Amino acid sequence: MNGAKKILGVFSLLLFTCVATSAMSPYFLTAYNLENLLRRTSLFGVISIGAAFVIIVGGIDLSIGSVVALVGCLLPWMLVEHGVSIWLAVPGVLGLGLVLGLCHGLLVQRLRLQPFIVTLCGLLIYRGLARGITGDQTVGFQNEFKGIRSLVKTRFPLPGFEDFAIPSTLVILAVVSTLAIVFLRFTVWGRHLLATGRNESAARHGGIRTDRYVVLAYVICAGLAGFGGMLFILDVGSAQPADFGNFYELFAIAAAVLGGCSLRGGEGSVIGVIIGAALMQVLQNAITLIDWIPDNIQYAVIGAVIIAGAISDEGFRRIVSRRRLRSP
Amino acid sequence: MLQARNIVKRFPGVVALDGVDLDVAAGEILAVVGENGAGKSTLMKILAGDLRPDEGELLLDGSPLRLRSPRDAMLAGVSLIHQELSLADNLDVGANILLGREPRSGPFLRRAAARAMACAALKSAGLDIDPDTPVADLGMGSRQLVEIAKALSVNARVLIMDEPTSSLTAMEADRLFETIERLRDQGTAVIYISHRLGEIERLADRVEVLRDGSHVGSLVGAGITRDAIVERMVGRGLDRTQGLRSGIDIEAGSRAPMLEVRGLRTARFPDFPIDLVVQQGEIVAMAGLVGAGRTELLRAIFGIDRPVAGSIRVDGKDVATRHPANAAAAGIAFVPEDRKADGLLLEESTGENMTLPSLAVHARGGVFRRRHQERDAAAGLIRRMDVRPDAPDLVAGGLSGGNQQKVAVGRWVGCEPRVVLLDEPTRGVDVAAKAEIHVLLDRLARDGAAVLAASSEMEELLVVSDRVIVMHDGSIAGELSRHEASEAAIMTLATGGGREGAMSR
Repeated sequence: MNGAKKILGVFSLLLFTCVATSAMSPYFLTAYNLENLLRRTSLFGVISIGAAFVIIVGGIDLSIGSVVALVGCLLPWMLVEHGVSIWLAVPGVLGLGLVLGLCHGLLVQRLRLQPFIVTLCGLLIYRGLARGITGDQTVGFQNEFKGIRSLVKTRFPLPGFEDFAIPSTLVILAVVSTLAIVFLRFTVWGRHLLATGRNESAARHGGIRTDRYVVLAYVICAGLAGFGGMLFILDVGSAQPADFGNFYELFAIAAAVLGGCSLRGGEGSVIGVIIGAALMQVLQNAITLIDWIPDNIQYAVIGAVIIAGAISDEGFRRIVSRRRLRSP
Repeated sequence: MLQARNIVKRFPGVVALDGVDLDVAAGEILAVVGENGAGKSTLMKILAGDLRPDEGELLLDGSPLRLRSPRDAMLAGVSLIHQELSLADNLDVGANILLGREPRSGPFLRRAAARAMACAALKSAGLDIDPDTPVADLGMGSRQLVEIAKALSVNARVLIMDEPTSSLTAMEADRLFETIERLRDQGTAVIYISHRLGEIERLADRVEVLRDGSHVGSLVGAGITRDAIVERMVGRGLDRTQGLRSGIDIEAGSRAPMLEVRGLRTARFPDFPIDLVVQQGEIVAMAGLVGAGRTELLRAIFGIDRPVAGSIRVDGKDVATRHPANAAAAGIAFVPEDRKADGLLLEESTGENMTLPSLAVHARGGVFRRRHQERDAAAGLIRRMDVRPDAPDLVAGGLSGGNQQKVAVGRWVGCEPRVVLLDEPTRGVDVAAKAEIHVLLDRLARDGAAVLAASSEMEELLVVSDRVIVMHDGSIAGELSRHEASEAAIMTLATGGGREGAMSR
């Protein structure tokens, strides 16, 4: 349906940005840069898929960046400063993400609080906790824990390419997105989740446990944010609690919306979201690489691109609804 | 006074209006009838400036009238009162009447003048309330009158009303009719659209019938009878549903009870426990005025609103109705009153809607979807329900009201329900689709389901039920067998007359 057209739209935008950037910077198409882009896109792809689930049920999660920060700071803090075993720390921080999501979901579903408020408070609380627990000091792996860091640091060389290798994060993204696609498109649960987002009342009247699907979406989102937080810290090695993961929720939401998720709920495609995440990364990359764009206006550029995407999407929607109006 | 000449309106793939003429005179009530899709709404939208015709012209008092927007029409004295009321219920009555036309000096509202204007408008609409009353406090009937007051305050000379009584009680409707008749006597031209032929019999001075975008007949004065209207609307006599259930004789206790409700107290009426049994293969209709507690009862049985107390059994087994999912699993189906908000996913395809409640049945292990099987099931249901057009990929929101309702019922048929609850199953549905839905209910009952349908339409209550339960103020006021049931008997019970022994209609 129109989902495919939306994906095509964001994909052409991605392609256009890539072509334009490579024309303006010889560095863009180097193996090192491309591999780096793939690695970052994969990491952001993971948290963006989480954001997509919440948006599909008609909600929003503003706390993603703070969950990334909390998990990302707690992991090295536990491993390095307190000598907690990896086998305890990793399940611990991942479980923490799921529990936070469960809290969001229950507050939204049972107490009928607005998702914006619940997750805005989450954004503040988890950031505060991350800074408080670590004493606002930089935490890091200090060249240890090579084993677990290989999860994101491994490169799978491609025969025939000398400098280019497939980053292991891409494999992680492939696994996460495959699971998400199977869930959304091939299971009854996914259909129920989409129906819940499309029209919660009609889904409930159809005998669907809409309450459970809403909670599930928040659990998936915060769970993936926690998982992403772990991947991010394993990738960069050290983090400042005050700014680690800042604005990540906005990148994730923007990727989901660019990729075809409607904030009205009920619509979304995993592939589109990944393309959206890639577009966000390429844009940032382009701003860094292209000389005549000053780096400090990067947020302005990203914002302008997203609003342009939203305007064209809205225009498209109007044409469709006008057509529908005209036919009786 | 207002004339439409040779109006043609084409939409992609269809001619909605094919050269229609219509005129209405001052001091006349003109009823426009036709099945859904006959072109009534399109024609009204053209008269009210919502749509522009492809060909033809409008004349007001003999001179050409060009309408570019609803505002143009309003200023010319033509007001359309929409089926879905468009009042802002966070504001008071006066503010709504004068919305956008407030008397003011500079940026400030002239309160005294506004109040006087609102009072005058309310008076001419026959509504005796203070303009400071919040709209949220008003019933649907009074809101309709506020809409009329709003139209009158712009000096409406032509008033177009689209299904004004669809959510009114009988008494509210009566009051509305009185106002309409008084406006007519004062020289207003009224164009009245309704599916309820009884109202048209009572009100209309003239009836114009549309079918498939063309004008197919007129009736005047004594010639306006239900049968004559129906015959022109559908192009044939309508006798399919007459005596639909007459071959069936179900007496109390003659069959196995399928749905048993014991001591059910809804949150809205916690003081009145409801006891109710519907037997296998039986169709029970639930009558009552708006607000009598019928919707609350159905919602409680299906688990949408949690009851305060009481038990529900299906086929002898207790059902814990904490959530519609429990009810659905026990074989209960519910077709809600508002199919657009609660019944269908309007943006999704007919096929997807048809299989939504029964997805797990078609899935491998109850989880992994088998799309071919889903598609086959959807296509089968669409054929069985006679949904037109019969394309599973078409968006459900594009279907006519009657066909949407067939989907809302059909999605449960795929689950083979044992109890079917329906709330106003034929609201806003044209005559032909209404008959088809009645046939469908009959078939469900014949297949062994227990059917419980709340309805405000007398014809429906009398034609398709084996028994009528009448509710009044949250409790069951009485029960009538098919032989006892009559319009008068139902109204007596519904207005509380069963208790006081007086009919207050």
